[in-house]
Amino acid sequence: MNTLRILRDLLRYNGEFAIGLVLVLIVAAIALCSFFSPYPPMDVYVVPPDIPPSWEHPLGTTSRGQDVFWQLTFAIRNTLLFGIVVAFLSRIISLAVGLISGYKGGWVDRILMSINDTFVVVPLFPILVLFYFIMRDEMTWAMLAIITALLGWAYDARLIRSIAMSLRTREFTRQAVFSGMSTGKIVLQEHLPFVLPIVFSTTMNNINWSIGIEVTLSVLGFTDINTPTIGGMIYWANQHTALVSGIWWWVTFPVLLVIMLFIGLFLLAISMNEYIDPRSRLSRLGGQA
Amino acid sequence: MKAYLAYLSKRLVQFAVVVFVGINITYLVTHMTPINPVEQSISAATSYGATSPEAIEMMRQSLRQLYGLEGSPWEQYVNFWKRVLVGDFGPSLSAFPTPVSQLILRALPWTVGLLLVSTLLTWFLGNLLGGLAGYYRNSRILRAFGVLSMGLHPIPYYVVAFVFLIIFGFLWPVLPISGGATMASDRSNTLAFALDIVVHSILPVLSLMAVGIGGWFMGMRSLVSNIVTEDYVVYAELAGVKRGKIMRSYVMRNALGPQVTGLALQLGAIFNGAIITEQVFGYPGVGSLLISAVHSGDYSLVLGITTISIVAVSAAVLLIDLLYPLIDPRVEAR
Repeated sequence: MNTLRILRDLLRYNGEFAIGLVLVLIVAAIALCSFFSPYPPMDVYVVPPDIPPSWEHPLGTTSRGQDVFWQLTFAIRNTLLFGIVVAFLSRIISLAVGLISGYKGGWVDRILMSINDTFVVVPLFPILVLFYFIMRDEMTWAMLAIITALLGWAYDARLIRSIAMSLRTREFTRQAVFSGMSTGKIVLQEHLPFVLPIVFSTTMNNINWSIGIEVTLSVLGFTDINTPTIGGMIYWANQHTALVSGIWWWVTFPVLLVIMLFIGLFLLAISMNEYIDPRSRLSRLGGQA
Repeated sequence: MKAYLAYLSKRLVQFAVVVFVGINITYLVTHMTPINPVEQSISAATSYGATSPEAIEMMRQSLRQLYGLEGSPWEQYVNFWKRVLVGDFGPSLSAFPTPVSQLILRALPWTVGLLLVSTLLTWFLGNLLGGLAGYYRNSRILRAFGVLSMGLHPIPYYVVAFVFLIIFGFLWPVLPISGGATMASDRSNTLAFALDIVVHSILPVLSLMAVGIGGWFMGMRSLVSNIVTEDYVVYAELAGVKRGKIMRSYVMRNALGPQVTGLALQLGAIFNGAIITEQVFGYPGVGSLLISAVHSGDYSLVLGITTISIVAVSAAVLLIDLLYPLIDPRVEAR
């Protein structure tokens, strides 16, 4: 009930949230269409190739004889799922590191944070390329998701840590310690609820980040190209030099769809951030900040 | 001075940790594989033509050491580090027998130049405009710029670079879309050559700026809009200090600290972006080298670029950290 009210408030007073939600819902709806696709995703030459957008094929067909629209539904579904899986896994790591580091302080904090800062600073792309180079055909979709999650938690762990640090000095934490609660219990039951709002907004950013990685790697052909993804579609279009031969619809629609998703998720993230910060929420509602 | 030394040593330790962890990751990655990478690389590299047996033996030797397959596990680990520390990654397999380090050194100036120009321009412009937007809140132009840069911000480098390529390569071909300079250009005429390089770098730099500027803009705008409500700014305004001076010395200066830290934290991501931009625009830097190395199965080159980029990025971060006290004197005083 409370969540519904927050949602209503956000929709009413925050235009960015509304636009973001609409964009993400459209993308999600397209992804859901994949379950009704008349063609299996990996089959080629099921339709005549190189047909421009028409009534029969609303977004045209590819040089590999696939319908762009139905291909796109599978691609965006896998890409979206990739982002969600990576975000979920990396949230677990960043919550664990951030909460423990912030609550414990001292040398635990120092060690965890210097590892954390390493992951923030190190250029991840060459490392991912090295992974692909070594794994080659073993680099499946799931494997890439796990590796990306292992590399992409650090920035948010620092954010969570800073909140946990301020929670540590609050009365209720002291009371919990005196009443004999264990560290794990304090962190999970007392502190976790406070960081959840910020976790939601970082999730959106993390999905964006991981999808960006996935698109980039697969456009270069550095992933499992047999799972249809947005990057994979662009990869195949580039392989068939779609732009030079004028098959613009093969490239344009995946790019537009993924841009829609990026902007949608980004708007959701910043509007949630604003909502969490009470000062900006008040000024939006017309009060004095 | 003592505080600065403490700060310095802390930064140096962090630098060492970053390099240590980063290189250990590359070591672990190369040792996780179930495939025998040495024989795979050699068969890939020699499949193009006959190579003398001695050359193959030399390759195998340096590959086995690089992969760390020689001796006990501890020796393997030490050997790997020795090679990394002196920057000797053996001969490149795809451009045999040119040493990997030479190939990287040839490509590095292009990448460093591209990165330096685009990063500094992006950071400077983003912060300047963001600061102005935070101070002059009602300016329509700055608001429009904010919406535009925020819209571009979440889109990954690759997609933006690709869209730039489509626009300037196919729809409105006014700029060179590929290469670092014209192929058969006359390099004796230094001025014309420099101009040629600049013209070729416009699209890569623009695409990097288009994506990067939004983050700095938004960060600076929110920092400044918090600072302008501080009492000392209100006081300065009431005391009749000129607005330009308030902006420069009271507001911007205080907001700059977090943005410099942000620059240090973002460097890794900026470097990733540059790799991709190079690939899209065929720029002859480290990124293009890395990608062609992967395609030709050149293990020593891939490993060399990975390790060198880890060291280079962390060194750049260290440099920013060391300069930080110039912007925020409190570090030194503490």
